[in-house]
Amino acid sequence: MAKFKNIEEKIFIALMRLSTGIIVFALLLIVFSIIYKGLPSLSWEMLTQTPKGGFYFGKEGGILNAIIGSLYLSAGATLVAFVIGFPVALFMNVYLIKYKRFVQMVRFFLDLLWGVPSIVYGAFGFTLMIFFGMKTSLLAGIVTVSLFIIPIMVRAMDEVIKTVPIGLLEASYSLGATRSEAAYKIVLRQCFPGIITAILLSFGRAIGDAAAVLFTTGYTDHIPTSLGQPSATLPLSIFFQLGSPIAEVQNRAYASAVVLTIIILIISILSRYFSKRYEKHRINF
Amino acid sequence: MTISIILVILLPIFLATGLIIKSQPILSTNEFSSLLFSSEWKPLSGKFGLLTFIVSSLWVTFLSILIAAPICLLTAIYLTQYARRYLLRAMHPVIDILAGIPSVIYGVWGILVIVPFISNYLGPALGKETSGYTVLAGALVLAVMIIPFILNIMIEVLKTIPDALKEAALSLGATQWQTVKRVILKKAFPGLLSAVSLGISRAFGETIAVLMVVGNVTRIPSGVFEPGYPLPALIANNYGEMLSIPMYDSALMLSALVLFAVVLLFNLASRMAIARYEKLQ
Repeated sequence: MAKFKNIEEKIFIALMRLSTGIIVFALLLIVFSIIYKGLPSLSWEMLTQTPKGGFYFGKEGGILNAIIGSLYLSAGATLVAFVIGFPVALFMNVYLIKYKRFVQMVRFFLDLLWGVPSIVYGAFGFTLMIFFGMKTSLLAGIVTVSLFIIPIMVRAMDEVIKTVPIGLLEASYSLGATRSEAAYKIVLRQCFPGIITAILLSFGRAIGDAAAVLFTTGYTDHIPTSLGQPSATLPLSIFFQLGSPIAEVQNRAYASAVVLTIIILIISILSRYFSKRYEKHRINF
Repeated sequence: MTISIILVILLPIFLATGLIIKSQPILSTNEFSSLLFSSEWKPLSGKFGLLTFIVSSLWVTFLSILIAAPICLLTAIYLTQYARRYLLRAMHPVIDILAGIPSVIYGVWGILVIVPFISNYLGPALGKETSGYTVLAGALVLAVMIIPFILNIMIEVLKTIPDALKEAALSLGATQWQTVKRVILKKAFPGLLSAVSLGISRAFGETIAVLMVVGNVTRIPSGVFEPGYPLPALIANNYGEMLSIPMYDSALMLSALVLFAVVLLFNLASRMAIARYEKLQ
């Protein structure tokens, strides 16, 4: 019996090591297979040109329209989400600090919203668009994606702002600061790196999402010059190019996937850096 | 600030009402149950049975959970109970990056690695002829996608187990694995279950990655080596023509509504379980 329990332990430890290994292996496999397949087709021309005639049959051109479109879209959506989301996060943690139950409820709502799939936001954005009589455009995409990332941004900021010690707020009140002053001057400064991390996280979500923009942003070969125009986005450009039967176009899809992966990795590294700084610079009580 | 917070609270209600209004036309001419439980999908003759897509969604979702849940559980136990601290710290970036990779990249990876693997190796090894674009491919890609979500919550849950409990069990002569099995897992069970259920809701709504590898054939899959056609893929694939066929848009909005309802239900249940669990600690 004593032997059996030791054998059992050994078997399970092996299994546990195996599954941890599988997860690390999966990540490496994803990154390397994308880079291995996409890097050879990646060229300067691809990054700096818009699609020329016959691009989708393997002729000249690049995916600049999608890169710029994606950056416009995610920057716009992140900005809108920040303008709406940041006050919510502050409000929850500065003004409503006494109403624990209410704050708990808001958090619960946000968590629920976080779980809603982006395609549902896409469908909803589409109905909104038709309701207002709009066409597929950058604006419609920005609105839809910002709805989709607001819960992510608010919850991420909330987690950071939650950690601000109440003593810090009380100290600023005792010096005659109003609540808004405390919120915008003290809390913002204390949490600045954490808030940047939250913004980067939302930006990453926005730039990687395809399902919500599928309905609302449309697709075009041109770089949009106004909010009313449709816009190409990177995920969709990967998706469409991969659907082509022509090998060269497919290879471009892999190259575009490399571009998107690199953008996401940079965002990830930046947000790691800022959250490290956050640990270093905050005032502790 | 007040306006913003009201907006946030009203958002789910807006979402639901918008989708309900849009799916009203089809609900008023067809019975809800006949839409859900009929597999007849012929948009041109006005037949919109969603059963095929619902069954495909269930297949893909549960298969992916079946793959992801044990891996996550074992890894979470290993990282919190057995491994040294630095390993847990080293795994955090891995989890974060996995969670941050866009779904279209997972889709590309699925096409590059998983689909050929199934059609060239796994299928022939099991004596099946398959193109690789199958329910199984969708489930495998999905499993990798939901691993970071489930794993993150499981680690948090296991971290909350008080050390005193462990030490008590160990002092009674239990091995570490016996402690894990009889004490820790029992104590953490509700939390672990809600982690899995959050994973289910995440998997159910995933669109692009699954769409790219699952084959999209309108037929109820009869095995894992058959192509499927899950609900989100249906919505994403047909948005282009939905305005040109009568009732089509309404049918798609209804599928979005079904998706929303299912995901909300799973989320609600697991979030409530987690909240209660946290209160107990």
